[in-house]
Amino acid sequence: MPIITQAKSAAVVIDDDKCIAEKGCRVCVDVCPLDILAIDETRQKAYMKYDECWYCMPCEVDCPTNAVKVNIPYLLR
Amino acid sequence: MSATEPRSEIIEADILVIGGGTGGPMAAIKAKEADPKLRVILMEKANVKRSGAISMGMDGLNNAVVPGYATPEQYVKEITVANDGIVNQRAVMAYAQGSFPMIQYLDRLGVKFEKDGSGEYNMRKVHHMGTYVLPMPEGHNVKKVLYRQLRRLQVGVTNRYMATRLLKGSDGRIAGAVGVNTRTSEFLVVKAKAVILACGAAGRLGLPASGYLFGTYENAANSGDGYAMAYHAAAELANLECYQINPLIKDYNGPSCAYVTGPFGGYTANNKGQRFIECDYWSGQMMLEFWRELQSGNGPVFLKMDHLREETIAEIETILHTNERPSRGRFHERRGTNYRRRPVEMHISEIGFCAGHSASGVFVDEHARTTVPGLYAVGDMASVPHNYMLGAFVNGGIAGADAAAYCAATSLADYDDGDLRAEQDRVLAPTRRADGLTPHEMEFKTRRLVNDYLEPPKVTAKMEIGQRRFAEIREDLDHLCARDPHELLRALEMQTILDCADMAAAASLYRTESRWGFYHQRVDHPETDDANWNCHTVLFKDAQGRMAHAKRAVDPFIVPVAEAEMGAYHQLRIRAAAA
Repeated sequence: MPIITQAKSAAVVIDDDKCIAEKGCRVCVDVCPLDILAIDETRQKAYMKYDECWYCMPCEVDCPTNAVKVNIPYLLR
Repeated sequence: MSATEPRSEIIEADILVIGGGTGGPMAAIKAKEADPKLRVILMEKANVKRSGAISMGMDGLNNAVVPGYATPEQYVKEITVANDGIVNQRAVMAYAQGSFPMIQYLDRLGVKFEKDGSGEYNMRKVHHMGTYVLPMPEGHNVKKVLYRQLRRLQVGVTNRYMATRLLKGSDGRIAGAVGVNTRTSEFLVVKAKAVILACGAAGRLGLPASGYLFGTYENAANSGDGYAMAYHAAAELANLECYQINPLIKDYNGPSCAYVTGPFGGYTANNKGQRFIECDYWSGQMMLEFWRELQSGNGPVFLKMDHLREETIAEIETILHTNERPSRGRFHERRGTNYRRRPVEMHISEIGFCAGHSASGVFVDEHARTTVPGLYAVGDMASVPHNYMLGAFVNGGIAGADAAAYCAATSLADYDDGDLRAEQDRVLAPTRRADGLTPHEMEFKTRRLVNDYLEPPKVTAKMEIGQRRFAEIREDLDHLCARDPHELLRALEMQTILDCADMAAAASLYRTESRWGFYHQRVDHPETDDANWNCHTVLFKDAQGRMAHAKRAVDPFIVPVAEAEMGAYHQLRIRAAAA
């Protein structure tokens, strides 16, 4: 069967003004146990790529610029 | 990804530890402390800095055996009774004797435990019989402490590699493991004299009631890889029918947490605000009363704290909202749940395997050895019951030290190249299809069927239908499609979850009695049958590759338990509270 994609809301929100991924920072991407964060190559900012969040918060706590906010995923909010 | 020759690197080590959460790092640390010359590799699916069940730390020790409060003998007796007599007491004793030395060791490394004014550990009572809980209000730094020690001892860490299968020599000894990078799909084959499995619970087995695949109690990365790898290596797995089922915050699916709040005066209550269980310690018998209360019309069940003083509630909030699952506070805030005014709504979790909380694990003896020579298992996935975080540390340490000694007298085993090629083909198969079924939908369906057919009360006819549905999903694996390395990670996990679902059904059907309260309540066999089933069950892959079972006798107790005491956990319901 062909594979389609479907829109999802992102529980993990990154403040682009604070994110310093363009300086090479990868802290949130590195620490995520589910490996759901990535760097947008064109904007050079972190973002939530996969809707697979355990709302555990290392990305938020370890971010050196407080750019990350973990919200509870909508389905269980 | 192309269908070209898989990219592989092969390295040699003395000891390979798979899983960098709790027990795994301690196994690596204790192996290096035993013999600093050993080459120890720690393979981790995520990043050791923040992986596993204690990613954000821990709010307390649930099973601390501290002199002056409890003896190892008392602890062994408590766990024997809590687990209905089906325990390997030597393994529980090995834990109990290592418990206090491990607390002191962690304390020296910088892990903070609650102490009173005179510097003594501030022990609290939660269990039915003894006193074993030690709060850790500042327990958020455990992973940092472990990581520092791993670096200090020069343990080789490989992050973002998922181990997929163990390799064995022709003589049946362990030979190493196959790992695949979760970001590049490159293979890393580690040849090792000893392998220590520390992959955590099978926490992504049932589907959370929220429908969110990753809204699990366990760290959702703990998909049961260790159980599946041990099974395919023909190790024995014990008492898998003794599921993990936990009383949790509804929807959030994390601990509420009665172990923290209980000693402060919080308790589990029904919708009339009444207590209905004598003891909030998680046991199958407690879960049975919890389930009955929900069925009776007295539900929902709540964690009640609104009767406590402001200072007490503030202290509880500080602990619960900064440790283990700190997003709890955020969840409560959005729903307007304030401990001062409104109790926390709870529910029964989906099923999983986890010896750390119940008894379902890879069979190990008191040295953490499995039934495969050179293969060890520790932590939530090893069969020492009710072992929790401290048990993972202690048994990890036991495995590390024992494996170090084992390595001194053994050589690397040679695996069959054909086995490696077959595994690489299995791993990469989903990447060689242009379309088909996604890992997400195949996982969702498997886990939804686990809920439909395997949850207790367990019904024979339902579990047999479940087995047929799982077999259909297994046929569908020929259509499983992964379009990038991340999807391949999920595709491999999905296959692990399917293996665990098959094991859960088969193990539950094999034990034709009811035991461990709600964990193995069989409608067709409602009574506990000590004449036939006062034994471990073991599940294993036989020489023909079929799922097989056997009974394994419970070794004679080294700590005798009087007949009258064995029933202590069977009387958890408060009689006066009956509606």
